Amino acid sequence: MQLVSTIVLDGLIDASWIFIVAVGLTLIFGVLNVLNIAHGNFYAIGAYVAASAAGWYYAGGDSFPALGLIIMLGSTLVVAVVLGPLLERGLLRFFYERDEVVLVLVTYALFLVLEDATKLIWGVNPYYAYEPYVLFGNVSFFGLSYVGYDLMLIVVAVLVGVLLWLALNRTTSGKLVLAVIHDRDMSSALGINVTRIFVVAFTIGVFLAAAGGAVTAPKISVQPGLAVTVVLLSFAVVVIGGLGSIGGAAVASLIVGIARSLAIHTAPWAELFIVYMVMALMLAIRPQGLFGTEGLRKI
Amino acid sequence: MPEARMLLKSAFAALSLFTFASPVLAENQSFKLGIVTFMSGPGAESFGVPAWEAAQMLSAALNEGGQLPAPYDKAGFGGMTIELSVIDENGGTTKQVQELRNGYERDGLDAVIGYISSSNCLAAAPVAEELKKLLILYDCGTPRIFEDGSYRYVFRTTAHATMDNVALARYLAKRKIKFDDIASINPDYAYGRDNWKDFQQSAAALNPNAKSKLELWPKLGAGQYGTEISALLQANPQVIHTSLWGGDLQAFVLQAAPRNLFKNRHVVITAADHVFQPLGNRMPNNVIFGARGSNGLFAETSPTNDWLVAAYEKKHPGGFPAQSYYRMTQSILGLKLAVEKAMALNGGKKPTAEQIADALTGLEWDAPSGRIKMALGNGHQAIQSNAIGVTKWDPASKRMQVVDVERFDAECVNPPANIKAEEWIAQGFPGAKCN
Repeated sequence: MQLVSTIVLDGLIDASWIFIVAVGLTLIFGVLNVLNIAHGNFYAIGAYVAASAAGWYYAGGDSFPALGLIIMLGSTLVVAVVLGPLLERGLLRFFYERDEVVLVLVTYALFLVLEDATKLIWGVNPYYAYEPYVLFGNVSFFGLSYVGYDLMLIVVAVLVGVLLWLALNRTTSGKLVLAVIHDRDMSSALGINVTRIFVVAFTIGVFLAAAGGAVTAPKISVQPGLAVTVVLLSFAVVVIGGLGSIGGAAVASLIVGIARSLAIHTAPWAELFIVYMVMALMLAIRPQGLFGTEGLRKI
Repeated sequence: MPEARMLLKSAFAALSLFTFASPVLAENQSFKLGIVTFMSGPGAESFGVPAWEAAQMLSAALNEGGQLPAPYDKAGFGGMTIELSVIDENGGTTKQVQELRNGYERDGLDAVIGYISSSNCLAAAPVAEELKKLLILYDCGTPRIFEDGSYRYVFRTTAHATMDNVALARYLAKRKIKFDDIASINPDYAYGRDNWKDFQQSAAALNPNAKSKLELWPKLGAGQYGTEISALLQANPQVIHTSLWGGDLQAFVLQAAPRNLFKNRHVVITAADHVFQPLGNRMPNNVIFGARGSNGLFAETSPTNDWLVAAYEKKHPGGFPAQSYYRMTQSILGLKLAVEKAMALNGGKKPTAEQIADALTGLEWDAPSGRIKMALGNGHQAIQSNAIGVTKWDPASKRMQVVDVERFDAECVNPPANIKAEEWIAQGFPGAKCN
């Protein structure tokens, strides 16, 4: 029982941060039809900006430590508001009419540029934002000590998923987004400002990736190389869940998190390839993913 | 008159002969030294950039002359100015092989000191040998270079990684720390696999009851270790072995310490000194660690070490040099002595690669980390002493200290010549000379 509960809890913790990042990738694909290879860079930039903001805040004393975490999350909003419109309007829009492969190559180029730009700005030395990691104390679970912050991430991930679903399905703006997804030309003909929806959707996607970086920054050493690992995991999630499906991203994150946890606890030699094995199986059995539909993008 | 002309011709010929035959003294020449190390990528912050910084600092001091204690007080390499250049080791083995060829053939490098990655070392060595150019490996850990191959122009001026794990196991035995149940978390590539194999076999050789309870293999650069930490806590071994390094080690410590992984058991780390400064007091106390030689906090007072520490502190007030600084420094100092020895035998002229190789074969010298002996691989592979200790944070100086140090002679933790490291450990360390 203890082993099962530990596998599930570890899997949930892993799934939570993966979902926050991957759902941004799937949102961008769903709306813009862009498979964004640079998505991991937004995660990395979010982590760097949040760690820099935390460093600035905590350097002045820590009379109210929780405020540091809020500042970290707030700083990622700035990242999204600056980078989102800049990249969507300044770069991606010029390639919408081109082949999808060209767009993939453009985002790959963007990945390389942002990787070097990150190094140029923050250098190769690590940044830390460890103070928030101890904010929520420790929780004992079946005799094992867990950091409260990790459990809080599960709550944050659930909140992100629910808010995103509500925003898309229960608000007028969300329904406009859904209309654009289903038929961009018809939506435009009906007077929907497609350009604005593209900018907003891309910016939200950037924000989710950056927020994923910000919430994981307190438990890692923020340094070059973050983007690659994250984008690979995110791709695995969206392939398993189905490109463009938020529900699929949630279920796929759970599958990835629990598969990894199961491997580590019961067959550690399989850890390295378990996620990609699940992805390969999915591609072989159901290429459109769990919640994907053939020929029609869905969100 | 013809006699006079003949005399003049003869005098001119003799003068020409004298001019061309006279030694071209090396005083105004330069020695082009290429440094290959990680300037980007995951290995840059912990190892690559500090090593390059050490190379720059040392060559500047050597070029000035009289800055270092004897026998390193002569300017440059025997009067030749050291001209440094750097090649980024990031980018894969194929790129490194091409860059090395370019360095020798296009840029005219006289020697190259380089490589952190074992796979790059293994790929670069045959290239240098083929081109008959001097290559000094300064960091990579695999023992296979000189155990599986034989070279004339290739050297490694630092010990290979076997001694790190032999010393850790010997430390546990010497300090009577129980290590019947062992678990491990090592990066899933050659370095991590080799480290675990050496440690596991050394532990078994010293304690027949030692058995592995759990082996974890996160990929290099994983960054998140929550599930691995749960598995380690559940296994509850007496000793946890790890060769994680750089950002991976820092992330592991940051995530494991709040979950009490470092309490009620011993965590042993093959190389941890390079994360002390970035982690500060987040590095827990009572962690058993090494620094891949008597480097950094383990280095004993000596004229060269005192110089290195003072020079480092001048550049980084309040800091201390970690292992990569030491490995680069001892490599350059060894090369300097070899060049000067070869130069002396060459009548003061700039020596050839062959002459320097002959001078470096079997050489011994004093480095900041102690005595370096080119004792293995027919005089091409160095051995050096090692030390293991325990972390203790000093709040007053706000620096990590090392306590409960055990020192091991080079011949105690390195295999003798003509036996492979793996066989030496499996046979129970025959010929080991321990103090």
